[in-house]
Amino acid sequence: MANKIPRVPVREQDPQVRAANFEEVCYGYNREEAMLEASRCLNCKNPRCVAACPVNIRIPDFISALREGDVERAGDIIAEDSSLPSVCGRVCPQETQCEGACILGIKGESVAIGKLERFVGDSGLENGRRAVKAQSNGHKVAVIGSGPSGLACASDLARAGYEVKIFEALHRAGGVLVYGIPEFRLPKDRVVEREIEEVKRLGVEIETDVVAGRTVTVDSLLDEEGYEAVFVGSGAGLPRFMGIEGENLNGVFSANEFLTRANLMHAYDTDYDTPVFTGRRAVVVGGGNVAMDAVRTAKRLGAEAVIVYRRSEKELPARVEEVHHAREEGIEFRMLTNPVRILGDETGRVCGIECVEMELGEPDESGRRSPVEKQGSNFRIECDSVIMALGTSPNPLIASTTAGLETNRRGCIVADDDGRTSREALFAGGDAVTGAATVILAMGAGRKAAAAIDKYIRSKE
Amino acid sequence: MFEIREKEYLADGICIMEIYAPRIAHAALPGQFVIVRADERGERIPLTIADYDSNRGTITLVTQTIGYSTRKICSFEVGEALRDVAGPLGHPSAFVGEPLEELRGRRYLFVAGGVGTAPVYPHVKWLHEHGIEADVIIGAKNSSMLIYTDEMRAVAGELFIATDDGSAGFGGLVTDVVKELVEVQGRRYDECIAIGPMIMMKFVSLTTAKYDLKTTVSLNALMVDGTGMCGACRVSVGGKTLFTCVDGPEFDAHKVDFDEAMRRQSMFREQEQLANGRPMHKECNCF
Repeated sequence: MANKIPRVPVREQDPQVRAANFEEVCYGYNREEAMLEASRCLNCKNPRCVAACPVNIRIPDFISALREGDVERAGDIIAEDSSLPSVCGRVCPQETQCEGACILGIKGESVAIGKLERFVGDSGLENGRRAVKAQSNGHKVAVIGSGPSGLACASDLARAGYEVKIFEALHRAGGVLVYGIPEFRLPKDRVVEREIEEVKRLGVEIETDVVAGRTVTVDSLLDEEGYEAVFVGSGAGLPRFMGIEGENLNGVFSANEFLTRANLMHAYDTDYDTPVFTGRRAVVVGGGNVAMDAVRTAKRLGAEAVIVYRRSEKELPARVEEVHHAREEGIEFRMLTNPVRILGDETGRVCGIECVEMELGEPDESGRRSPVEKQGSNFRIECDSVIMALGTSPNPLIASTTAGLETNRRGCIVADDDGRTSREALFAGGDAVTGAATVILAMGAGRKAAAAIDKYIRSKE
Repeated sequence: MFEIREKEYLADGICIMEIYAPRIAHAALPGQFVIVRADERGERIPLTIADYDSNRGTITLVTQTIGYSTRKICSFEVGEALRDVAGPLGHPSAFVGEPLEELRGRRYLFVAGGVGTAPVYPHVKWLHEHGIEADVIIGAKNSSMLIYTDEMRAVAGELFIATDDGSAGFGGLVTDVVKELVEVQGRRYDECIAIGPMIMMKFVSLTTAKYDLKTTVSLNALMVDGTGMCGACRVSVGGKTLFTCVDGPEFDAHKVDFDEAMRRQSMFREQEQLANGRPMHKECNCF
């Protein structure tokens, strides 16, 4: 019985050591480990993992290829549905997707699908995938944003022969993969940069420092620059704050700001000019992946680092692995705790945060039990910085400069399943449409939009 | 890469650069700014656009060397290139979108302080080109720190100069000139636009509030991305938290919490002071 083999453990950097560096935490499988783990897959007739994957990767098929040692074929199978396996293998919430549905997980441990995907993806990157520029079909498409959805959309269009240019607002391509997710979880040069090089090898051009809605507009791209269609994958947008007293004190940051300083701007490296601040103790408010990234970054910058989250551990929306890693690294978790105000000293710097204890009440519309304040349970946590990781609201730059583009009540761009918006020739996908979600969903949306753009341009001929 | 076409020093530590950035030059309007990253290791800092020429494809930036990054930017020479210039960011000045007939009946007073004189220039020039002559007060520490006086004189209605030490024009503060114009000379203005050091904008705002004179200021908050993503540039306006980059940079002065804004500007002062001791590791950006 294949499932008698225990899940192959993955090698990781020692928690004590890694809590003080920015090297990748997880080393991943080597070939032997990957093949052994692959042999655990039952190759179900009715694979629940495939249905649970947002882009329906043929998981048992790629694992079968891997079991036989045919890493290249495994890569080809994944590539049919995913353009970023090295990234998704690292950052997908597998426990609620593929691995959560794995039949082995009912009585024992699921197949480590994410780690296998990562192994296949990394092997492909190391050996150089065979991306080649397709014959041009003479049609031009513009892509706004070089994050997961934009890269995926651009790759598929380039493969189909389109001349694609990506416009990126920041100075480096990759979107959330470079400004948001830290180096210790997703290496920039070894993984992200190589994925982007693959996209460029397909013939996709990337122009940085172009802010859509300001430097160019959707209309100027269509009317003045000769693009026949535009895909908007501009990402999540503006950081949310709680609206409590003291949020504008010196030492209160959004997780976006804190992580952008550390990741994109290399603030942890003294050779770079950008400053970052944690002080002696940093409190991170929130329980998602971004909160985990921020708190673990603060720890690595030398601070005592604390998570404050208003629900209980069970409701933490972050990946289980990140919570586990954070605990191993010595992050303090204050569950069922909600900030009520941030305290400052006489110079206007943060000196603490006043919180209130919470208890779980009735389930809310998300199905999670909603937290209720315990009256009179206020207490203080001393800290020098507070980092708010509470999600984002859409960036208005594109919607406000594109006439006739419909947005919803929350300000997200309205697009159908194939990325079509209310404007002809304009498509959208990823967080700009859904609000903050996952890399894999954004990538999937980019690919669907690429197919729809192809259909749209062909229909005009 | 954004090539520097021209460069000179306007005053001690104030450098003007014409930079080849055709997309920005094409899209820019008065009141907007850019984010500049000098080299691969540089930080992203916001600088207000002092002029733009879509025919030449250039924008003009005026930078005062107040810290490590501004010194680094000013150390670049003609023929070298800044690694990144992104923009134009922020909303253009409100008057740009208003009907000209309405604007033509309006009396504008501009108050420019120090290096802030440079970003006032495109406003006054734009109005001049649209047939509106605005009065301008330029303030500086002393005569050697005055910039843009000739350029401004060419496009302004009347130009008033104030220096702290009286070495040029009126000896005193710009707010004294505002008082002189409004209280003594009885001039009527419909709107005042003040750009300069935060402390100057605060006191101009306090002065004009007494006359109930609508006043707009352009805030130079700390920023990282400049597109709304980081929220470093939060400012309290009328009790609401706004983002300078996407909601501004121009705001109703009488609603801005200047004390908070000044405090927030000093967020990284300790690190900045440490950085000032660092040798200038400018990477070669020659072509």
